[in-house]
Amino acid sequence: MDTELDAETDSASDREFIRLDRVEKVFDVRKKTGFLRSERHEVRAVDSISFTVPRGEMVGYIGPNGAGKSTTIKMLTGILTPSGGRLRVAGIDPSRERTRLARRIGVVFGQRTTLWWDLPLIDSYRLMHRMYRIPDARYRENLDRCVELLELGPLLDVPVRQLSLGQRMRGDIAAALLHDPEVLYLDEPTIGLDVISKVKVREFLRDLNAERSTTVLLTTHDLSDIEQLCRRVMVIDHGRLVYDGPLSGLHEIGAGERTLVVDLERELPPIDVDLARVVKVEGPRQWLAFPASDSAAPLVARIAAEYPLVDLSVREPDIEAVISRMYAEKATS
Amino acid sequence: MGTGRLYAAVAVRAFRRYATYRVATAAGVFTNTVFGLILAYTYIALWDEKPHLGGYDQAQALTYVWLAQGLHAAVAAMGGGFEDELIERIRTGDIAIDLYRPADLQAWWLATDVGRAAFQLVGRGVVPMAFGALVFELALPADPATWLAFLVAVALGVAVSFAIRYIVAMMTFWFLDGAGVQQLATLVGIFFSGMLLPLNIFPGALGELGRVLPWSALIQAPADVLLGERTGSGLLSTYAFQAAWAVGLLAVGRLVQLAATRRVVVQGG
Ligand SMILES: Nc1ncnc2c1ncn2[C@@H]1O[C@H](COP(=O)(O)OP(=O)(O)OP(=O)(O)O)[C@@H](O)[C@H]1O
Ligand SMILES: [Mg+2]
Repeated sequence: MDTELDAETDSASDREFIRLDRVEKVFDVRKKTGFLRSERHEVRAVDSISFTVPRGEMVGYIGPNGAGKSTTIKMLTGILTPSGGRLRVAGIDPSRERTRLARRIGVVFGQRTTLWWDLPLIDSYRLMHRMYRIPDARYRENLDRCVELLELGPLLDVPVRQLSLGQRMRGDIAAALLHDPEVLYLDEPTIGLDVISKVKVREFLRDLNAERSTTVLLTTHDLSDIEQLCRRVMVIDHGRLVYDGPLSGLHEIGAGERTLVVDLERELPPIDVDLARVVKVEGPRQWLAFPASDSAAPLVARIAAEYPLVDLSVREPDIEAVISRMYAEKATS
Repeated sequence: MGTGRLYAAVAVRAFRRYATYRVATAAGVFTNTVFGLILAYTYIALWDEKPHLGGYDQAQALTYVWLAQGLHAAVAAMGGGFEDELIERIRTGDIAIDLYRPADLQAWWLATDVGRAAFQLVGRGVVPMAFGALVFELALPADPATWLAFLVAVALGVAVSFAIRYIVAMMTFWFLDGAGVQQLATLVGIFFSGMLLPLNIFPGALGELGRVLPWSALIQAPADVLLGERTGSGLLSTYAFQAAWAVGLLAVGRLVQLAATRRVVVQGG
C-alpha cells in the first residue's frame, strides 16, 4: 500500500521534476541622481513565470539579452531567492535547502568558471571529489568518461588560467558532471566556442541525456544548439514566458512570412508596394516581408518595373528570424 | 569526516599557493626587517627614557618588536589575504559559484586562511625573528612549552582575525564599493592589534579599551604568552579571551552571511 503510494508520488515528481508557479524576481535598483541622493526603481527580471520540466527532458530556454534567463537559473540553483511564487526542483525548495540540492544539480555558467584559476585542472576535480563526496570508483569512472569524450587528457595538468576559452568550458562541463547530477543547468555553455568544439559539446550533452537521462535546461544565444539538442523550447522576454512548445511550433508561427531581399542601384526610401512591407533598410539593400503562401513572382515583377533593381534573393523563415520577430512584436505591443 | 578532508585539502592548497609567491614573500620579509630595525631603535629610545614601560623591560620590548614584525602577516593584522579575494568575488558576482556548492562558505574561507597563515607564520616569521635575535638581545623563552603555548595563542589569533575580516568582506554585499569599510578596519587593526606599539603602554581608558577589543587577540595576546607574562590561570584566561572573541565573531559572521545571501544580489549574468 505504502509502496504503491510512494511510486505514485515518485512518478508525479518525475513528471514535474522542475516546477515553477508564478515565480517572480524583482531587483531593487538604486540610481545615483546626485550627491547622497538616489532614486529607487524596480526591475522585474522574472515576471510570473510558470512551467514544469519532467525528469530526463532537455529543454531550451531562450530569449534576448536581459530577458531573465540567468536570473531564472540562479533561482533554480538556490543562490537567488524568488521575490514571489513557488519553485521546486526534485521536490526541494532551492533557496531554502541550497546545500542539499547542490549535490543533485550541476551548473555551468558559460561566463564564469567553477574551476580554480591557479590550480591545474585535475586539482579542481580532486576538490570536487571531496566536496561532493563522490565515491572513489564513481569519480574515476565519470572523470575517465569526461576526459575521453571532451578530450581533456592533455589539459589535466595545465593551470586553468592558461586554458583557452573553449578548453576551459569543456573543463567546466566535466566539473559539473563528476557527481552524477540529476539535473544540469547550462547557461550559455557554447559561448565563444569554435565550430568543432561546439559539435563536441553538443554530442556529449546528447549522449549524457540519452544514456543517463539527465534533465537539462539549456540557455543559449546560438539557436543551432537548440535545434540540435532540444525538442522543447521556452522563449522568455522581459521576464515573461512568451512561448513554450516544440521547436517546430516556433517555425510554424514564423512560417507566415518569407523575406525578399533586394539590392537597388542606390539608396532609396523604403519601397512602396502593397504586396509586401519593408522591414529593414540598409543602404541600397532592403528587406521585404510577404505572406509565405504568396508567390514571389508578382512582387518581384512589380519592384523590377518601378525600381532600379540590381539583385534579389528570397529567404525562407529561419528560426532566428522567427525569434527576433517574436521579440520585436513583444516589444512594440 | 568527509568534510574534514575537504577543508584540509583546501588549507593545503592555500598553503601551497602562498608558497609559490616567492617574490612577494621575500619583499615582505625585507620590509618587515627594515621596519623592525626602525621600530627597535625607537623602542630603545623610549625604554631608555622610561624603563619598564608597560611592564616590559628593554629586552622584552625588543622581543615584542620582532615578534610583531614576524607575526603580523600570519594574523593579517593589516587585513588582506582571503578577504581581498572574497570581496572581489562578491563584487564580480563569482560568489554565485561558491554559493551553489555543497560546502560551507565560511568554513571554506577559514580553511583557506588557515593555510595562508600557516605558510606566512613560517615564510614571513622566521627570518625577521632570527634577524632580530642576532642583532639585538631578546628575551626569548628557552622552554619549548612556552613556544607551544604561544603557537596555540597564534592559532586563536588567526581565528579571531579571520572572523573580523569575514564580516568586513560580507559588507561588500551591501556596499559594493567596500573599500571604505576595509580601510577603516585596516586602520583599527594596525593600531589595536598592538602591531606598532604594545597595548600595555597606553595608559587609562585607551589602554583598557585596546585590551578588551578583539584585535588584541592578534598580536598582543600571543606576545604576552611568548614573553612569559601569561602562565597558569593567566594563560587560560588569555585563551578564553581569544576563543570567546573567535566564537562570537564567527557567529556574527554567520548571521551576516545568512542575511547577505537571503537578500543576495548576485552581480552580473
Ligand atoms: N543583481 C542585479 N541587480 C539589478 N538588476 C539585475 C541584477 N541581475 C540582473 N538584473 C536585471 O535583470 C534582468 C534580467 O537579467 P538576466 O541576467 O537574467 O538576463 P539574461 O536573460 O540572462 O540575459 P543575457 O542573455 O544577456 O545573459 C536584466 O534587466 C538585468 O539588468
Ligand atoms: Mg544571462
